[in-house]
Amino acid sequence: MKRFRRHGQESQRERIKQELYGFNKTVEHGFPHQPSALGFSPSLQLLAIGTRSGAIKLYGGPGVEFMGLHDENAAVTQVHFLPHQVELVTLLDDNSLHMWTLRAHHGVSELLEIGRFTLTGPPGAPPSVTRVTAVLAHSSGDLLLLGTEGGHVFIVKVPGFRELEERNISLEKVTNGVPEDYGGRRSLEHVESLQENPVNPRQVLIGYGRGLMVIWDLDSQSAVTHIPATQQLESVWWTEDGGHVLSSHSDGSYCRWKVAGDDPQSEQEKSEVPYGHFPCKAISKIIQLPTEQGPPFLFLSGGMPRASYGDRHCISVIHSKTHVALDFTSRIIDFFVIRDGPYHTGEPSALVVLVEEELVVIDLQTEGWPVIQTPYLVPLHCSAITCSHHVSAIPLKLWERVLSAGALQNTHYSKKPWPMTGGQNLAPDPPQRDLLLTGHEDGTVRFWDASGVCLYPMYKLSTAGVFLTDSDPNDNLNQGTEGEWPPFRKVGCFDPYSDDPRLGIQKIHLCKYSGYLTVAGTAGQILVLELNDEAAEQTVEATVADLLQGQEGFRWKGHTRLEVREEPVTFPPGFQPFALVQCQPPAVVTALTLHSEWKLVTFGTSHGFGLYDYQQKNNVLVRCTLNPSDQLAMEGPLSRVKSIKKSLRQSFRRIRRSRVSLRKHHVNNAAKLQQANARLEAELAEMELAPVQRKIEPRSPDDSFTGLVRTLYFADTFISDSSHNTPSLWAGTNGGSVFAYQLRLPPVERRGEDPVTAHPAKEIQLMHRAPVVGILVLDGHGSPLPEPLEVAHDLARSPDMQGSHSLLVISEEQFKVFTLPKVSAKMKLKLTAIDGSRVRRVGVAWFGSTRTDDYGESGLTVLTNQGDLHVVSLPGVKLQVQYPCIRREDVSGIASCVFTKHGQGFYLISPSEFERFSLSARCVVEPRSLVEVSSETPSTTLPRALPDGASVERR
Amino acid sequence: CFYVIRTPERNSLFEAEYRRFALKMSGTCGFQEFYRLLQTVHHIPGVEVLLGYADIQGDLLPINNDDNFYKALSSANPLLRIIIQKRDVDEPVVFATNSLQRRKKGLAGLRPAQQKAKPGLMIGLPQDFRQISSIIDVDILPETHRRVRLHKHGTHKPLGFYIRDGVSMRVTPQGVEKVPGVFISRLVRGGLAESTGLLGVNDEILEVNGIDVAGKSLDQVTDMMVANSHNLIVTVKPANQRNNVVPRASRVSAGGNSSSGSVGSAFSHDSAPSTASQSVSHHSNSNSVAEGDSDEDGDGDLIIETDSLPPYLPHRCVSNGNGSHRESPLSSSLGQRPLPQSMSLSMTTPTHNGSPTKTSSSQESMREDGNIITL
Repeated sequence: MKRFRRHGQESQRERIKQELYGFNKTVEHGFPHQPSALGFSPSLQLLAIGTRSGAIKLYGGPGVEFMGLHDENAAVTQVHFLPHQVELVTLLDDNSLHMWTLRAHHGVSELLEIGRFTLTGPPGAPPSVTRVTAVLAHSSGDLLLLGTEGGHVFIVKVPGFRELEERNISLEKVTNGVPEDYGGRRSLEHVESLQENPVNPRQVLIGYGRGLMVIWDLDSQSAVTHIPATQQLESVWWTEDGGHVLSSHSDGSYCRWKVAGDDPQSEQEKSEVPYGHFPCKAISKIIQLPTEQGPPFLFLSGGMPRASYGDRHCISVIHSKTHVALDFTSRIIDFFVIRDGPYHTGEPSALVVLVEEELVVIDLQTEGWPVIQTPYLVPLHCSAITCSHHVSAIPLKLWERVLSAGALQNTHYSKKPWPMTGGQNLAPDPPQRDLLLTGHEDGTVRFWDASGVCLYPMYKLSTAGVFLTDSDPNDNLNQGTEGEWPPFRKVGCFDPYSDDPRLGIQKIHLCKYSGYLTVAGTAGQILVLELNDEAAEQTVEATVADLLQGQEGFRWKGHTRLEVREEPVTFPPGFQPFALVQCQPPAVVTALTLHSEWKLVTFGTSHGFGLYDYQQKNNVLVRCTLNPSDQLAMEGPLSRVKSIKKSLRQSFRRIRRSRVSLRKHHVNNAAKLQQANARLEAELAEMELAPVQRKIEPRSPDDSFTGLVRTLYFADTFISDSSHNTPSLWAGTNGGSVFAYQLRLPPVERRGEDPVTAHPAKEIQLMHRAPVVGILVLDGHGSPLPEPLEVAHDLARSPDMQGSHSLLVISEEQFKVFTLPKVSAKMKLKLTAIDGSRVRRVGVAWFGSTRTDDYGESGLTVLTNQGDLHVVSLPGVKLQVQYPCIRREDVSGIASCVFTKHGQGFYLISPSEFERFSLSARCVVEPRSLVEVSSETPSTTLPRALPDGASVERR
Repeated sequence: CFYVIRTPERNSLFEAEYRRFALKMSGTCGFQEFYRLLQTVHHIPGVEVLLGYADIQGDLLPINNDDNFYKALSSANPLLRIIIQKRDVDEPVVFATNSLQRRKKGLAGLRPAQQKAKPGLMIGLPQDFRQISSIIDVDILPETHRRVRLHKHGTHKPLGFYIRDGVSMRVTPQGVEKVPGVFISRLVRGGLAESTGLLGVNDEILEVNGIDVAGKSLDQVTDMMVANSHNLIVTVKPANQRNNVVPRASRVSAGGNSSSGSVGSAFSHDSAPSTASQSVSHHSNSNSVAEGDSDEDGDGDLIIETDSLPPYLPHRCVSNGNGSHRESPLSSSLGQRPLPQSMSLSMTTPTHNGSPTKTSSSQESMREDGNIITL
């Protein structure tokens, strides 16, 4: 009987668990890592990006996003939409073609792979015969023309990928018709480009690598015209009216050819080297688009003078008298132009450029061609991300103030709406406003709207102005001298170079109710900032916190403290710093917490922790946590750098050695080279097989960095006796110690004068000495104490002060609950001792039930070093669910994870992308969008739309 | 550098005396000299005494030669508790692992262990040794496996072994299969693992504290072992199968009390069997280890309560008070709270334990008593 009942309870618990928890990776925010191909569908208004890791991502209007992944781990080299359809074709590095479609399912479109295909040549033919170099999706929608390295053009029927062998255009057929005077009998080389005649879909232009272009009639299967260019061909463009062909070449020149009717020989009208005189680099792509009145737009990528500007990544836009060389900070992958009008055949409206690290969109219809801010694909990593912090449920007032501060920073952006409009965003409005704050290496903090599918930049805070750095603040890269040639203009925001690594932001804490923000950095600097809607000029008062507290015999070998500007600094509207604490030694800040109600900030480094009163601007408490035998902590980061250097040197030496041995063999002959290779491989295999050993030793108190402060926590709880609750500060270290201080705050009316005091109250040394990663006080009901000011704003139930509180100490190995005020162990959950995983990240979250709105539970969200996510119940500390999430080897991904208060989280899957995941069954943010083919069928008599999909620069 | 040494002198069961004095670290040279020093300090020249000290784990350990004297000094941080006992009392102090704690749990540790210590030749009693390893569960394991328990308590000897990934052969219904396994790769010379002789290089590790390591990565197994390092139980398949323990014929009859396996450990008669049987029950349901052994290590956490800590006064000398509360402007604010009860932190001695009133003391004070408190 009893057993039955228990069984019933268990299954009920299982049901509740299902209603509370569910794991989903929902959306990827940011910019895809290593993009390799770009495609665009004017009819769907969707753009597609392929990456080197084989991912394909589609973007339409804001919120419309799709993602697919090829099974092959090969780079996507080309993406082409089939005109006027929802299908697209991708070409991979391994020469396979894949057909994808957007299929509507329950009212929501999903990206599906529906076919794959690899060209098979005649038996015995070399692989180059079928190696695809150019793809043309024919406007009829059912033909795919594939140009290959061998110079053949294969014609394939889609979507089924059926080869139409009889229609193939073999190299032999073309060569026979080549005029005798064209450079003898040399090979025409590979097919570089395939273009369709905009006014006559029967005609295609085949551009061969050696320069020859042939206009081929698909119906008569014969050459119509030969264009005898002699320079190495880079790209071809057939003008809108069908009357001209533009070709760009590897010597930095482009030519205009007139193709009139059925004239078998066309003539060169014009040849120009835009940045000429001296040798130039290739123009890798050329586009010319007409305007209704006036001269056409000409777009050229590359073509810079080799010696002086060969390293620039430029796209030149020439329209009438205006000529601008857009200068990007990373390599150009591809670009296309969006055009106005119902069939997207009107005026060019925007230039979309995919460069290696960002997507830049230029408004071509506004004076000065300003940049349009992208609603997605924003480069998170314009300076490397060093930390992140998430704040849920931002009050509307703060939200609006941050937005307006951000709007003032974005005046240089175009006012035009985002030109990509494809698909319908069907996702419900986000239930609340969430902020994601990212700290960067250059000392900036970026505020992102993380409420929905689009991670949208709201505001950018720079802390560098407080300090004296090497760089001159007036140094503006955009300054171009008059009359400079080429007429460069810097565009894009990707700027990975930091002036001073000490500026890097390491910890962030924002109080959403008061608008106070504290950020801490690499050189032990802690700034307290206040949101101000007006610009202000002020000096920032610096206070030094000597964390060594007289500990002797230590030498700090790391970087020096940042120098503070003495004179007043003008801060723009937004978050403005008003107080600064500088730790001595200036080690990186490892923990930071702000209590806006008590007006206190606490911070910790590897040497100790401090408590700073930002109302009176003085240190209340400084405590050294150093272990005297811990030399490493004292010496600072230099010693570690040295070891990296050393290992680098070693690995270089190893490489050099292997190179030398290779070269030696190379001199002799190829067979020996093979031998050497085999030997090298064997050596490598041996290296991998060399057993990895792990030492089994308990942590001893004199391990290094035991004094490093890992977590800091403020709580109003019963720290000294069970009848009076008092403010308290808790600190946990890497060595498994917990320090608790009782705080005494003067009454509100004397808060400005009377000192805040801190008294040591408790010390706990965990026996297992594992690093303490989290401290939490649970109230009488067993729920976590609310955030400061949360109760005052009526947003949380006031904590239960009747029942006895308990203390939860989370170490890397255990979750342990102690009683309060007398600290004694109540219960625990051992993680490491059972499954060998360790806690890397922990957060407190509230999980709402999907069944009823009023039921929910608090829990701990935990990420382990194995990359698994766990939910641990509160206050019972029982493991609820476990999901594998991140690869175990992805250390930076695991380290970058940040949890939200509602059971979601983010982690970096590349330097530039956040993956968003959800552990909550109720709170899920994922893209839901629908893409349909527009109902108007374009008649064939209409001028052809832009060729769908842009050809890609080949490497 | 000074050591404050507190010496309760124990003359008889109910008469104890405490002394606290400082000792210059560099000034000490040997056990004999220290012994004489104590005699002078306590004004008992010529009286034969036994010296003991409580180490960081709360174990009561003897001081009778230079080696363990230095050891005692090195474990003092900075306070060293020395217990002095007349040599010929009826109840010798039992030096053993966890002896201080255990004594308080019951009177177990105080039970007369040996009726009479033989005068003359100074041979350590079994109680003077600490168990460092044992083979357990011989009766429930296959002969080819060995379950070894390593006790790290109190010693500063490293556990001293390394593990590596490897390939293990398993006989399955489908035939012999190669599966990944974890092996001992190296033993540190002079380390605990080597000194036990129970673990060897290339032994395959099958379980750690009752949890199967199959399917776990090397790092996971490392972390599991480190997390359990204070009471590590590893089940291995020795590479050398010749020295296996063959269960005796009496195995069946021993059934009820399954503690027969403590081979090579004739130590503290009341503790070894109990731990062994405890672990048997663990391994029968391997996943309950977490709750099961909660008493074994968890309460080892060192907790220092409020008032034993001096108030934080940035510009004042820290009063060396064992809570001697001078009225200071800051600490007076604490006056509204009841006076601290943490005086129980002051060092307890065997004398206290002997008194019947103290045996019923709560678990908390026990824990506190077992810890060294630094001020």
